[in-house]
Amino acid sequence: MSVADVGETLEGRTGKPPRKRARRSGWSTGYLLLLPGLLWLLVFFVAPTIQLAATSLYDSAGSLEAGYAMTWSFGNYLDALSTYREQFVRSLLYATTATGLALLLGYPLAYAIAFKAGRFKNLMLMLVIAPFFTSFLVRTLAWKSILADNGAVVETLKSVGILAPDGRLLATSVAVITGLTYNFLPFMVLPLYASLEKIDPRLLEAGKDLYANGFTAFRKITVPLSMPGVVAGTLLTFIPAAGDYINSELLGTPRQYMIGNVIDNTFLVQLNYPIAAACSVVLMVVVVVMVLLYVRRAGTEDLV
Amino acid sequence: MARSTQDSRASGADLSLTSVTKRFGGFTAVDDLDLLVERGQFFALLGPSGCGKTTTLRMVAGLEEPTAGRIDLGGKDITRLRPYKRPVNTVFQNYALFPHLNTFDNVAFGLRRRGVRDVKNQVQEMLDLVELSTYGERSPTQLSGGQQQRVALARALINRPQVLLLDEPLGALDLKLRRQMQIELKRIQTEVGITFVHVTHDQEEAMTMADTIAVMNHGVIEQIGGPMELYDNPATTFVSNFLGQSNLVAGQVLGRTGDELVVEVEGSKLGVPVDRARQTSGRVWVGVRPEKVSLVSGGTSTDEGANVLGEARVIDVSFIGVSTQYLVRMPWGQELTVFEQNTGARERFGVGDSVDLHWTPAHTFALDASQDARAGDERYEGGLATAGVGT
Repeated sequence: MSVADVGETLEGRTGKPPRKRARRSGWSTGYLLLLPGLLWLLVFFVAPTIQLAATSLYDSAGSLEAGYAMTWSFGNYLDALSTYREQFVRSLLYATTATGLALLLGYPLAYAIAFKAGRFKNLMLMLVIAPFFTSFLVRTLAWKSILADNGAVVETLKSVGILAPDGRLLATSVAVITGLTYNFLPFMVLPLYASLEKIDPRLLEAGKDLYANGFTAFRKITVPLSMPGVVAGTLLTFIPAAGDYINSELLGTPRQYMIGNVIDNTFLVQLNYPIAAACSVVLMVVVVVMVLLYVRRAGTEDLV
Repeated sequence: MARSTQDSRASGADLSLTSVTKRFGGFTAVDDLDLLVERGQFFALLGPSGCGKTTTLRMVAGLEEPTAGRIDLGGKDITRLRPYKRPVNTVFQNYALFPHLNTFDNVAFGLRRRGVRDVKNQVQEMLDLVELSTYGERSPTQLSGGQQQRVALARALINRPQVLLLDEPLGALDLKLRRQMQIELKRIQTEVGITFVHVTHDQEEAMTMADTIAVMNHGVIEQIGGPMELYDNPATTFVSNFLGQSNLVAGQVLGRTGDELVVEVEGSKLGVPVDRARQTSGRVWVGVRPEKVSLVSGGTSTDEGANVLGEARVIDVSFIGVSTQYLVRMPWGQELTVFEQNTGARERFGVGDSVDLHWTPAHTFALDASQDARAGDERYEGGLATAGVGT
């Protein structure tokens, strides 16, 4: 029962006729409730985004001291793309790889929690979330020592011959992608779990009854029904991973830098605001376009 | 119909369960069950919830494995066969339609898994049979309950299983639609000639559709037979109460004259045909169906040889339209039920009238006195067992 309904019932009971007034006050209640959120978005999202877009078109010859002139310099975008093409491509590549790995690791984990964990279900979910109790930075630094040159992991890989005697993990793409995968894995596992857990086990029984063996039933019933979780999980992993700069900063070298590092550097070190803003806008547009294409392709609208 | 002669799979096969037991932990759901379903039969497993009927069905489908015993289909042992390898299909209680597939793909699911060619025509033919020809593109969520039910039926039937299992398939439908689907199911079964095993707790549904009914209770079969046989000649108090209603009064067998037992009930001598008596000596329950009993004013003389219980008093009258239902209290305190057809030829009584109960001995049955007279009676099961039947 909505607030408006309550109002109506009360007025009806006290014999006051103005039903119309009650309706209208119901409408305004809705808008009033929306207002704080709208204001928040306006001040902290819409305005900064416009500011960012505007900055990206300033004259890049300006400086903080001299001030910036609005010159509609679309050339900033060409500059940004040509200078930092490598980092853009690397960001998308790393984020895609990390998302793929997180899906490969996360799906069996979410499946196990949803269907096989029994009474350990809550404990396992707890363990998935537990890393959040420590800081993102601390966790990433921990990976630094895990992957360290004289660490157990590298030594073991060397002794079994997977890694060359002078090979290393730290300061390589492998380390950065590992860090990204690890850090965003919970964002993959939780939506996957939520959609797998919702699947009616009787549908799988019906599948088996209709000549689907375990694997076919998984492929034809479980996978399609878990698509909303796959879509949500990959988006929640891919989007932050594409913009991340902590993992490449701590686990990589400038040769593994992603677009996030570029933006960080141009904004805060070079103080080249227009180019930094152009990079940010490009990243945002690319991610939004990829996400839209992906969601359309996955076609999960009628499942969520 | 052409489809029933298309291949041998469609003709069904004998299904037999031998000493099948299923335990879940310490609970025995199905206890040493023997059952034979002949090919082409419409067989109903009838019983209250928790009686083991669905577990039995799931063991036939392969979704549960029996703790002990053996299941054969068409002479082949299928006890441990995987569900997807059994020529058996199920119409599930909640239909379990695949929400990510449309009606057509739902129906085609089994054919595609078996790599059958000509899926399109077969599915269309099956949708025609269940009168959903134009619904192929719809998602199951866009269908009504009755339509979903028919899709579930089509999805199972299209595989031409040797046995079709139906788990309370009409449970979710409203009364009117249920009646309609009962007739529809019976029509389809006759048309395709496949063995149907139908699980239900609705005795009317079972009697309307099935050729043979097995009444189950607490994991065992109480009685198997045709609907008429079960109704007219119940073997246990449970069957007598679960299928329709019964008046059961306590009696003592005095002796036998010809084909009839003479039983004394509270001072009256009643006749029971020997072949309708499950126990022929000592204490018994004497039973008669409410509609077999006539009411007459107290003390009216009757046909020679009729069973009479006298000096009853009418305590409740319900007019149902086709019949009037009387509740009468016997001198020993027990309440009995009498249904009188509203033919206009019968005398009507009001609350407080003194009446006698008459019926022909041929409609009387006798049951083992050690059984609970209230077993299977929904008025007393489930916590309502406080109202007194004075026996």
